[in-house]
Amino acid sequence: MDKLLIPGAVAIAAIVMIVVNLVLGIDMGSTKGLTYLFVGMSFGLYIGIAVWSRAGSTKEFYVAGGGVHPVVNGMATAADWMSAASFISMAGIIAFAGYDGSVYLMGWTGGYVLLALCLAPYLRKFGQFTVPDFFGERYYSKAARLVAVLCLIVISFTYVAGQMRGVGVVFSRFLDVEINMGVLIGMVIVFFYAVLGGMKGVTYTQVAQFCVLIFAYMVPAIFISLLITGNPVPQLALGGNDVATGTPILQKLDNVLVDLGFNEYTSGTKAMVDVFAITLALMVGTAGLPHVIVRFFTVPKVSDARISAGWALVFIAILYTTAPAVAAFARLNLIDTVNGKDYEAATEAQSVPGWVKSWENIGLIGWLDKNGDGKVDYAAGAPFAGKPTFAEGRGNLGERIITNAPTANRNEIYVDRDIMVLANPEIANLPGWVIALVAAGGVAAALSTAAGLLLVISTSVSHDLLKKVLAPNISDKQELLFARMAAVVAICIAGYFGINPPGFVAQVVALAFGLAACSLFPAIVLGIFSKTMNKQGAIAGMLAGLAFTMSYIAYFKFMGGTADQWLFGISPEGIGSIGMVINFAVAFAVSKATAPVPEDVQALIENIRIPAGAGGATH
Amino acid sequence: MATITPGSTAGMAATQAVKEKTTSQTNASDYWKANVRLLLILLAVWFTVSFGFGILLVEPLNAIQIGGFKLGFWFAQQGAIYVFVALIFVYSALIKRVERSFGVED
Repeated sequence: MDKLLIPGAVAIAAIVMIVVNLVLGIDMGSTKGLTYLFVGMSFGLYIGIAVWSRAGSTKEFYVAGGGVHPVVNGMATAADWMSAASFISMAGIIAFAGYDGSVYLMGWTGGYVLLALCLAPYLRKFGQFTVPDFFGERYYSKAARLVAVLCLIVISFTYVAGQMRGVGVVFSRFLDVEINMGVLIGMVIVFFYAVLGGMKGVTYTQVAQFCVLIFAYMVPAIFISLLITGNPVPQLALGGNDVATGTPILQKLDNVLVDLGFNEYTSGTKAMVDVFAITLALMVGTAGLPHVIVRFFTVPKVSDARISAGWALVFIAILYTTAPAVAAFARLNLIDTVNGKDYEAATEAQSVPGWVKSWENIGLIGWLDKNGDGKVDYAAGAPFAGKPTFAEGRGNLGERIITNAPTANRNEIYVDRDIMVLANPEIANLPGWVIALVAAGGVAAALSTAAGLLLVISTSVSHDLLKKVLAPNISDKQELLFARMAAVVAICIAGYFGINPPGFVAQVVALAFGLAACSLFPAIVLGIFSKTMNKQGAIAGMLAGLAFTMSYIAYFKFMGGTADQWLFGISPEGIGSIGMVINFAVAFAVSKATAPVPEDVQALIENIRIPAGAGGATH
Repeated sequence: MATITPGSTAGMAATQAVKEKTTSQTNASDYWKANVRLLLILLAVWFTVSFGFGILLVEPLNAIQIGGFKLGFWFAQQGAIYVFVALIFVYSALIKRVERSFGVED
């Protein structure tokens, strides 16, 4: 019976989607029909896995029983880590930022070196359930635990709001359902496997989601690499030559962009100090993110935690080394297929491709014919002030009418960065099933991250707040029930943010990394590497780092601070690295002036430094 | 204070007891020193390929062209990531040897 559960669920989902297609009168072979089928089957897969791996104890719910194979855990970590931002947005950002986009590539991978070398093995040896557990025990106080819970909840909710939105965007573009409906469907699916299966369910679903998302990312990337350079390996193709002219792709891109008035693709516009600070903040922030750290509590041994971080980075690197190639090709393709083309021409070769119009229809592309020649001109600078706003009705050529005030430059087209990956298969003229695959991949990326985040939120509520502080006498069964209830509440809050996104979601992503970098990471590192760091020092350091970083971000993001006022030229995205330095400095100063660490805690530190004798996770 | 409970099976508990007898206090602190030394070396490499080659030295390195890549740009968008992956596996392998020589392996 159990053996048939997962394939059975997929088959049932496939039949359901075929029926849905028939009822709605959608052609099975069309892109939309295929998208329904693929996304539906992937949901069947996730639910099947959830039922197959449902959790029976808090240990299974919190850390999947502590028996996950390191390669499996690495794969789950990769899916957990790679969010809608990695899958949908990152290549788009790099496409438009060029070298400056490197901060994300290095920042979101380099943190795994810190994790594997400085955090994961020792936290695994520590052997409890949650990140706040470590703070509570190592800094021997409920205050430290509560500060950690607070950081964790703020960081995780910031993140999860963006994920639910990502699900909504993919649904609305590919399935023609309302964004809100898409968010609701996403909530139901996550509800199933996060609430039923806990960490165990989430781990095995994330493995499936990794396979879906990496396949969906690689297939169009390989096709496009072949098309442009004749080399199927995107990592090599980026350094390859243009099939048509024989010039190296990056050189061609540099030349084309300079001609259009942009900077060279391969050299940046950001100040070096800012690139340095952002990269550092993202690396350290990555290593301090609770939903990533907690994944290393699920493997059997200390050495497994290290090797598992290595595997996680292998799986992440597959996407992260492909992204720069996708980015460069997308930018080149965009210029080739759009710039100087008629919006509406007699022949297909002279007019802009169909995907321009379909993305225009949902408002992520906007064209304002400033010189009135009926051609789409692409150049440096914003085409008009702000994001496009559209009037009712259509212009002479069938374009949507833009009401924004035009700018003085030549550029006539607005392209939302988030569409580059989603539009890529269309840009390269790939068949409908590839587009359907990318839709399923985008949903997988968003759902896997959302589930991981919801899990650390519910765990910190049921375990750290209830069991460890408010109601220590509850049984394992009751704790499990509370964990499930907390997951339900967290899903509802996340769904609310997905449907009513606060305008500042994009801005506060910097806050999530900044917070992790300036609060959790330094305190964990000090807890392992310094035997003299006491609770007063750690708490004072975290609060000082938090206060500095949050007020800096608030001042520049919400109170109208301008770039010329930046401290040392560091933007709010990178300020977490200064917050981290402040945390370390304050922590050392305060710990020197206050009572030394008790002996039993010193013994705990000595114990976690040695791999020998790690049992299963306990509480 | 945390109590770290050993694995549930009798076999694991037995090897546990043997290990605890042979692991002396000096062994543990010598192991820790060796571990920190190894960490510092590997983190120096980590810093060099990303912050060094990818950011601080990116312009001089960009003068060197390898295949279709400027070298600095390549480190920033691909090379650093490959080195990161290698570093974790190198650390895992080397630290295992160190652990064994001090008798503190898991």
